[in-house]
Amino acid sequence: MSAVAAARGDSAQKVLSLYRQLLRQGNQFAAYNFREYAKRRTRDAFRQNKAVEDPRRVQELMQHGLKELQMLKRQTVISQFYQQDRLVVEGGLSGKDKSGKGGIVRQKDTGWD
Amino acid sequence: MANIAPSVLRQASRLASRSVLSTAPRRGVPALARVARATTHGASSTRAYVTESKRDNAQVETTIHLDKKKLQKSGLALSGQDGQDAHISPMADVLRQATVMDEGQRPIYLDMQATTPLDPRVLDAMMPFYTGFYGNPHSRTHAYGWESEKAVEEARTHIATLIGADPKEIIFTSGATESNNMSIKGVARFFGRSGKKKHIITSQTEHKCVLDSCRHLQDEGFEVTYLPVISSGLIDLEKLKAAIRPETAIVSIMAVNNEIGVIQPMEEIGKLCRENKVFFHTDAAQAVGKIPIDVNAMNIDLMSISSHKIYGPKGIGACYVRRRPRVRLDPIISGGGQERGLRSGTLAPSLVVGFGEACRIAKEELPYDSKRIKFLSDRLLNGLLSMEHTSQNGDPEHFYPGCVNVSFAYVEGESLLMALKDIALSSGSACTSASLEPSYVLRALGSSDESAHSSIRFGIGRFTTEQEIDYVLKAVKERVEFLRELSPLWELVQEGVDLNTIEWSQH
Repeated sequence: MSAVAAARGDSAQKVLSLYRQLLRQGNQFAAYNFREYAKRRTRDAFRQNKAVEDPRRVQELMQHGLKELQMLKRQTVISQFYQQDRLVVEGGLSGKDKSGKGGIVRQKDTGWD
Repeated sequence: MANIAPSVLRQASRLASRSVLSTAPRRGVPALARVARATTHGASSTRAYVTESKRDNAQVETTIHLDKKKLQKSGLALSGQDGQDAHISPMADVLRQATVMDEGQRPIYLDMQATTPLDPRVLDAMMPFYTGFYGNPHSRTHAYGWESEKAVEEARTHIATLIGADPKEIIFTSGATESNNMSIKGVARFFGRSGKKKHIITSQTEHKCVLDSCRHLQDEGFEVTYLPVISSGLIDLEKLKAAIRPETAIVSIMAVNNEIGVIQPMEEIGKLCRENKVFFHTDAAQAVGKIPIDVNAMNIDLMSISSHKIYGPKGIGACYVRRRPRVRLDPIISGGGQERGLRSGTLAPSLVVGFGEACRIAKEELPYDSKRIKFLSDRLLNGLLSMEHTSQNGDPEHFYPGCVNVSFAYVEGESLLMALKDIALSSGSACTSASLEPSYVLRALGSSDESAHSSIRFGIGRFTTEQEIDYVLKAVKERVEFLRELSPLWELVQEGVDLNTIEWSQH
């Protein structure tokens, strides 16, 4: 999606801004797997398309990215509404949740009662 | 002066009674102002809620801090920050401390063959159909119906392009089980009516719903051949060729096995069936969207697809029914004649749209996902097989990397599953995991009872992370070692005794 090399000046800045917005928005997923996927997919998609030169193609990819951003904005909100307990793996290999950002972990088992 | 004084006095007393904030003493009335100030001071000492609460006043907070200190000493410190919120409200800190836990409790999900999580992109496409567009897609007389129908047809196109079919050949059902039932029973009943085509071929490693449909047809007077498989899980094409008779109506063989992940040679089977003019049905619930499938290249006549195995919503699936050459079916569900009369009943536009979107994403992401899953699968498989006395079940070449089935010798699978509470795993298909019987698929491969009992299936999907795989590897290694330490058999093996030579005394 990026085409940093091709899109100079104004366009490059827009691409970078979109990249940052997508990463930041993806980080808002409450569910661990979706959060990690969103970040990884964004990074890989921009890397994959970094050599795109054609301005029309860049425009297309930008549109695609903007649509994904809109989707992310809606879905992260939904994800935050229905939070589950954290996964054992969150917080590294030790399984210990460092909770660096002061996040709140829910202890309730949803769906059992 | 004389008429100013009473008004100032009145003003000062009003101020004192209303608020604690005393006005600055005005020039010209110092004595009266002093009186006013004195009254305000008195008020401020009684009405304390406006003043800032001091640390010593908040009893709750100090006790929490004490507890924390004690905990920190004993090495059980609660993670989190130290009272940053105390200046906002003392309760905020208390509440936060109460909910933050040391570590998460929710297990890692590694059972992607049973079902997959709903992709947020799919949910995003479905939401409008749960909130605004509620029309019946079969209503032809108003806009509500038209918009739903348009969305349904679009979804149908997405599904058809994923498998290289025509949109008209896709029939929506409630899931792959219904599709399997519809295909096998439908074809058998339609062609069995004349009394000539009364034979069905399937394999021993099929899903329960195919085997049970066949058993049901046996009661109706059909003859069924259950093809054996070779030890890698693949079917023997020669045996299939020999089993096909002139009266064979349908051959049903699954594309990707749900327990061992073996990919059957679809193209060869399809060719063989076409040559012999036998319909070829395949259960591709585990294959569609994960491996490339083309119904025309593979000569598939009927195919079952499930939505919830490809990150779509649960409760919907599809059946591909070829139109040219036409496959005729006896419908199980009759009614209003929707879906070419093969499966009557109103469609659920939200589910259909979700299914379509899931297929669209699957097609778009197929190369990316396959690469990723292969990478994770290799990591997991190499790690597991580097332990001693472990073996992979199924063909190591022709298998879908998202399904890793490994046997841990001298460990009972069920007890390993119990020990791995922090990982959501299964020893076989979800339908049979309630019973403690060894998997019939593994038995069909020729594995012994012990080996079938000690095998575990790991399912890797789109949302699995590297961290999770590393966690699983570490956990499995630890627990398997622990369980083997407990086992007397393991002790014998370590001493070099061949277990098969032991004669167990009868009691």
